Amino acid sequence: MANFSRSGKKELPAITSSSLSDIVFMFLFFFMVTTQLRKTENKVQVNLPEASEIAKLERKDLASYIYIGEPIRTLQAQYGTDARIQLNDSFKTVTDIRDFIAAERESMSEADRQFMTVSIRADRNTHMGKISDVKQELRRCSALKIMYSARKPSE
Amino acid sequence: MASKKTPSLNTSSTADIAFLLLCYFLMTTTMDQHTGLQRRLPPMPDKNQKIENQKVNRRNIIIVKINSADRLFAGNEALDISLLKDKVKEFMTNPNNDPSMPEKEMTDIQGFGQYPVSKGVISLQNDRGTSYQAYISVQNELVKAINELRDQFALQHFGKTFLKLSDDQQTIVKKAIPQNISEAEPKNVANQ
Repeated sequence: MANFSRSGKKELPAITSSSLSDIVFMFLFFFMVTTQLRKTENKVQVNLPEASEIAKLERKDLASYIYIGEPIRTLQAQYGTDARIQLNDSFKTVTDIRDFIAAERESMSEADRQFMTVSIRADRNTHMGKISDVKQELRRCSALKIMYSARKPSE
Repeated sequence: MASKKTPSLNTSSTADIAFLLLCYFLMTTTMDQHTGLQRRLPPMPDKNQKIENQKVNRRNIIIVKINSADRLFAGNEALDISLLKDKVKEFMTNPNNDPSMPEKEMTDIQGFGQYPVSKGVISLQNDRGTSYQAYISVQNELVKAINELRDQFALQHFGKTFLKLSDDQQTIVKKAIPQNISEAEPKNVANQ
């Protein structure tokens, strides 16, 4: 600092920060493009099972999600720790799936309905009984394209 | 020439505004990829055609059971999950034309020609108490077995792995090596 005060008359040129905003905007656009606003609030804990042969879901917009798992901590006092089914924003039972599927179908265009995929996002510790019930109900609603959500095993 | 310079705009706050927006999107974004195992459920059986469907030759079915303690049975023996893949591969290819293994049917595949397609069906049964992770692991092994067979076929006939083939070629491979995994009706294996 002593250096600068000695040559007091010369002013330090200001660093141009105009490019800073450009850089930040670039970041911003990246996140805006990749982002997917969370539609539902999770009410169940889902720790997905691991599988190595997974494939990507091609059309995310045509997927409906069924969450199965224990209620989250804060809701356990109210709902217990038994695995529950979450559709949209609330706990539901197997019998509500029919209405849920019908509503999801309704929201899609006619041409897209046949490609509708139901993604089952279930916790790895769920018992298959619950999932079998869901599967049977899906068969009854003839929503036959399903996907067992899983993630790559962590190395 | 104008002697007065236009004062430059102070742009230092654009960065702040952009940062604010950036933070918003950072918080709300979910980067989780939606991946998983895709399946097609069988339609609900029609009451009229039930009897015909029931008759599948015994040798064409391998039954894979998972009990409530996540133990695995394939064929008629208890098996570790690491051995399941090879067992399924052997079952689907039937290299020695064993009479207890699935029969093959010469099928005309469009764009390829005749190929003996295995009639094998993998029937997956689980108990209500089976954990989801165990079920997915088994599904995963079954898919892996099929994928490896498809890769093998693709390398042999097209010189590329399955994923690198064109769509038409993939369809051929899929027809030659079908993925017949039946998830059957749920049963209480323990009570059988």
